[in-house]
Amino acid sequence: MTDTVKPLTPLEELAMHVTGAMPGAVDNTVIAFDELTLEAKADQIIPLLIFLRDDPRCLFTTLVDLCGVDYPERAQRFDVVYHLLSMRRNKRIRIKIRTDENTPVPSVISVYPAADWNEREAFDMYGIQFAGHPDLRRILTDYGFQGFPLRKEFPLTGHVEVRYDPEQQRVVYEPVKLPQAFRNFDFLSPWEGMNEILPGDEKAKG
Amino acid sequence: MADDATNLPTALEDEKRTFTINFGPQHPAAHGVLRLVLELDGEVVERVDPHIGLLHRGTEKLIEYKTYLQAIPYFDRLDYVAPMNQEHAFCLAIEKMLGIEVPRRASIIRVLFSEIGRILNHLLNVTTQAMDVGALTPPLWGFEEREKLMIFYERASGARLHANYVRPGGVHQDLTPQLVADIAKWAEQFPKALDDIESLLTGNRIFKQRNVDIGVVSAEDAYAWGFSGVMVRGSGLAWDLRRSQPYEIYNELKFRIPVGKNGDCYDRYLCRMDEMRESNEIIKQCCALLATTPGPVMPERSKVAPPRRGEMKNSMEALIHHFKLYTEGFHVGPGEVYACVEAPKGEFGVYLVADGTNRPYRLKIKAPGFPHLQAMDYLCKGHMLADVSAVLGSLDIVFGEIDR
Repeated sequence: MTDTVKPLTPLEELAMHVTGAMPGAVDNTVIAFDELTLEAKADQIIPLLIFLRDDPRCLFTTLVDLCGVDYPERAQRFDVVYHLLSMRRNKRIRIKIRTDENTPVPSVISVYPAADWNEREAFDMYGIQFAGHPDLRRILTDYGFQGFPLRKEFPLTGHVEVRYDPEQQRVVYEPVKLPQAFRNFDFLSPWEGMNEILPGDEKAKG
Repeated sequence: MADDATNLPTALEDEKRTFTINFGPQHPAAHGVLRLVLELDGEVVERVDPHIGLLHRGTEKLIEYKTYLQAIPYFDRLDYVAPMNQEHAFCLAIEKMLGIEVPRRASIIRVLFSEIGRILNHLLNVTTQAMDVGALTPPLWGFEEREKLMIFYERASGARLHANYVRPGGVHQDLTPQLVADIAKWAEQFPKALDDIESLLTGNRIFKQRNVDIGVVSAEDAYAWGFSGVMVRGSGLAWDLRRSQPYEIYNELKFRIPVGKNGDCYDRYLCRMDEMRESNEIIKQCCALLATTPGPVMPERSKVAPPRRGEMKNSMEALIHHFKLYTEGFHVGPGEVYACVEAPKGEFGVYLVADGTNRPYRLKIKAPGFPHLQAMDYLCKGHMLADVSAVLGSLDIVFGEIDR
């Protein structure tokens, strides 16, 4: 048995470098589809991002995107996903932290001013709280909107509909009335990978 | 409607009297449905608070309820000025996850239409920006060329705007030789039209007075505010995804990346003009390549591509495949990818979280205009009121993609 040491790919090297320099901040690293994902601890996100921004081997100076993802079946149901880009090193990285409805995650505006609207959007869509955000208002939804539309339990049709009422001469909000029930077709095939046993199947074996 | 524009601070309360005025959402220079709440000290802007979301349609939510093929048309409706570039990013994400190889001819067609999209976008932006600062003729001349390009869109896909042409694995239909020849012919005359527009603007005294040294973005600002596209290139950073992270056949093509010097509105205008010339060169190269590259435009015998019509007449399997593809759709994942293209406005990205079913679990659209508009407050602070529309014009804002 000879151990052939495979040379590390650039992404693996980068992952080693970051986990080595920030012990305790990163729980897990995943490399899939040529992309590096760091699963980090929520309370360590600011030092981690500062390191990624300023370290000469990383220089992730651009926050490309910040968004939430909802997994309702988990105890900590939300992922907050940061996409960073290093124009100087021509690299990308993704960082994920977890939180739930009530636990705020630190706002990263102090590191990347561009996070401002993205955090407002994540708050608007999922209700994720960002501690230290100076102006955590709703951003995309209507003035006075209730609920968090991108949560999985929020119905696609929403709760209110809006129209102009000629009698009152103003825009009125009313509960959604669907003339036909919302239809959500399930096309997932029962033909592939079906394990249910139908009545009569046992005869085929006998 | 809670309206913060109504709470005007009175002179008694505040020693320094600031006016709060409401710009938009119906203002012609607001480029759609933008509402800006401006705080002014005299004519100097102190604070800009953009209110967005008036065009929010919940695209990301809708896509979670659609199969992958049904989701493509939503991308046309994001940046409706250059629709195919958006579809392209989504298809790249799917292809990355499924590991689909795109046929070479389809790659060339995608690049060709990406560049047509870039010209469509820049023609609209440059000329309407000129209109924002007082010129009336450039939009009329620019829209004539846009009209011709939209006819090419229509001849390729059947629709002038909402093409639904780029599909996972390739493009929907092949181009006819006549169409390729017509595009090549158009590319021959386009520099002349561009020269005409440039003769109206580049040396124009009023245009320069309104744009030079307005809305200056330094390289550091461009990093911090997450800019991309012309907004970083205008500030002297030679960053273009077509060159630095090439996709499709961009690494085989010859083109230059125009870079600005001062990072002001005027340099961004110059970048866009030069980019149109480069795109025109790419279009010519693509037309030449298409003439010599026959072949399929969708992968053969693939689960994501429909079978040929002729095959369906004879083969039961092909018929079933067709039916399943257009009802159930194909399955993607599980996993997550981020794919991006250099859209005309900057980096347009798609973050796709797939759970192995026929629908995206989560799809985040990274619109280039979103961080650009966010920086309005930073860019306009200390400028005059009249400069707001010049800065807004040069940010290249389209609300379809910002509000999603």
